[in-house]
Amino acid sequence: MSGLALQILSGLATGGIYASIALALVMIYQATHLVNFAQGEMAMLSTYFAWMLFAGGMGYWQVFFLTVAASFVFGMVIERIVIRPISGGSVLSVITVFIALMIIMTSFAGWVFTFTIKSFPSPFSDWWKITPLLSPHEVGMIAVTLAMLALVFAFFRFTPVGLAMRAAALDPVASRLVGIRVSRMLALGWGLAGAVGAVAGMMAAPIVYLDPHMMGGILIYGFAAALLGGINNPWGAVLGGLIVGVLENVCGTYLVGTELKLTIALVLIVGVLLLRPAGLFGKPTVTRV
Amino acid sequence: MSTVLEMRKVSAWYGATQVLHEVSLAVGEGQITALLGANGAGKTTTLRAICNLMVRTTGSLALLGDDISNTVTEDIVRLGVAHVPDGRGTFKSLTVEENLKLGAYARADRATIGRDYERVYGYFPRLAERRRQQAGTLSGGEQQMLAISRALMLQPKLLLLDEPSFGLAPIVVREIFNILKSINANDGVSMLLVEQNANMALKIAHVAYLLETGAVVMSGDAGAIASDEAIRRSYLGH
Repeated sequence: MSGLALQILSGLATGGIYASIALALVMIYQATHLVNFAQGEMAMLSTYFAWMLFAGGMGYWQVFFLTVAASFVFGMVIERIVIRPISGGSVLSVITVFIALMIIMTSFAGWVFTFTIKSFPSPFSDWWKITPLLSPHEVGMIAVTLAMLALVFAFFRFTPVGLAMRAAALDPVASRLVGIRVSRMLALGWGLAGAVGAVAGMMAAPIVYLDPHMMGGILIYGFAAALLGGINNPWGAVLGGLIVGVLENVCGTYLVGTELKLTIALVLIVGVLLLRPAGLFGKPTVTRV
Repeated sequence: MSTVLEMRKVSAWYGATQVLHEVSLAVGEGQITALLGANGAGKTTTLRAICNLMVRTTGSLALLGDDISNTVTEDIVRLGVAHVPDGRGTFKSLTVEENLKLGAYARADRATIGRDYERVYGYFPRLAERRRQQAGTLSGGEQQMLAISRALMLQPKLLLLDEPSFGLAPIVVREIFNILKSINANDGVSMLLVEQNANMALKIAHVAYLLETGAVVMSGDAGAIASDEAIRRSYLGH
C-alpha cells in the first residue's frame, strides 16, 4: 500500500513538470490558437541561459527572475522574426516551422553546450520537506506550478489585456474593430509563454538534469496534459498534468513497465481526441446559426 | 449643423478590382444616414473604407474635421468610430459581458463604463438576463443586439451599422430598428446605416444615399426618397 502511495506522490511530482509545460502551451494557445511544438526546446534554452548565469556566480532568485525576463523577450523575438512572416500561411507550414525551430534549438544547444548532462541547482531547502515521500524540490516545484497557475488564470480572467488576448486569437478582424492591436497581443502571448516555459525548465532541470534533449519526452506528456484538461483552460492543464503524472507512474509500475510509459501519454492523447475533443475540463464552443 | 463624417471622392480596391468609384457622402451630427443599395453595390466596402479595414482606398476621409485617410483601424476606433460589421463581429465563445467589456477596450474615459453597462442593458434587457452566457448560444436577434451594444460601449461619435436586419425575422428587425431610433434620439449617436431593407431604413433615417455598382446615384432627405414613386420603382424594387 505504501508502495502505491509512493508511486502516486512521485507521480504528482513529475506531474508538476508536465503541468507547467502544459500551462505554457495553454498560454500560447489562448493567445494565438496554435500549439507550439517548440515550447519544450524554448524552455530548455532558457534553462541553459540560467545555467550560464549560475556559472557567472549569481544567486538563485536573481538568476530565476533574470531568466524569466530574458525568456519573455526571447519569446517575443521568436514571434517577430520567425512566426510573423508566416502568419496567414497554412497550418501545415506553421507546424513545419515549429518542428524546424525545435530541431534547430536542440542542435544549437548541443553545439554550444555539448550534449553532456549537467546538474542544475534547486532553491528549495529542507524547510520544504513536509513528507518523507517527496523531496523538498518536488514539494517546492508543485507549489511554484500552482502559484504560476493562479497568476495565469488571474491574468486571463481578470485583466483587460488577458481578455483582449483571448479575443485576438478568436477573431482578429473583430478584435481590430474594438481597437485591439492584434499583432502586439500575439507578441505578448509568445513572450508570456516563453516566461512560463522558463519556469518549467528551471523547475524540471534539477530532476531530469540539463541536456539538449531534456524536454523531448516532457513535451509529449505536456501535450497529453493540455489535451486531457482542455487546451483552453489553465486549471484543466494543471489538473491534466497531475493526472498524467500519476497515471504514468502507477501504470508504469503496475501495468506496462517503464519501457512503455511514454505510450500511456500517446494513448491518452488519442483517446481524448476521440472521446472528448474539448478535454475533461475544457469549454466546448457552442455555436448557433 | 456640423458634420461627423465627410467622405470625399473615395475609391476603393480589393487587390486590382475597383469596388468604389469616387463616393462622396456626409453624416450629420446626431443624424441617422442610410446607405441603400442592392447586393454588391459597395455598401459594406464603404464602411470598410471608413475604417481602413482590408481594403485599399484613395480620396479623403474626415472625422469631425480631422483627416483620417491614413489612420490605422485601431486608432480610428480610438477616435470614436464603432463598427458593427457584417457577420456582427461578436466573440462567440466569450460571454455577453466579456463582449461588452471588449467594446469598451479602446475607451480613454473609463470612469463611466459601469453606467454604460446599465444603459445598454436598459435598451436590451434580454442581454442582461444572459450576461454570463456564451454569445454563440444567443439567438440571431440577440446576437445582433449584442453587436450593437458592444459598439455602444465605446461611447461612439459615429456608429457604423452593416445590415442589422440581415437574417432576422421581420418582427425582430422592427424591434431592433425601433431601439436604434431611440438610441439616436436619446443619446444623439450619429449613425451610418447600411441596409438592403430600404423600407425599414428609410423609416428611421434622416438622410439617405443610394449606391449602385460602387457609385452614389442619388441622395437626399429620407422622407422625400421614401415617398418618391419613380425612385422607389427604379432603385428600391417596389
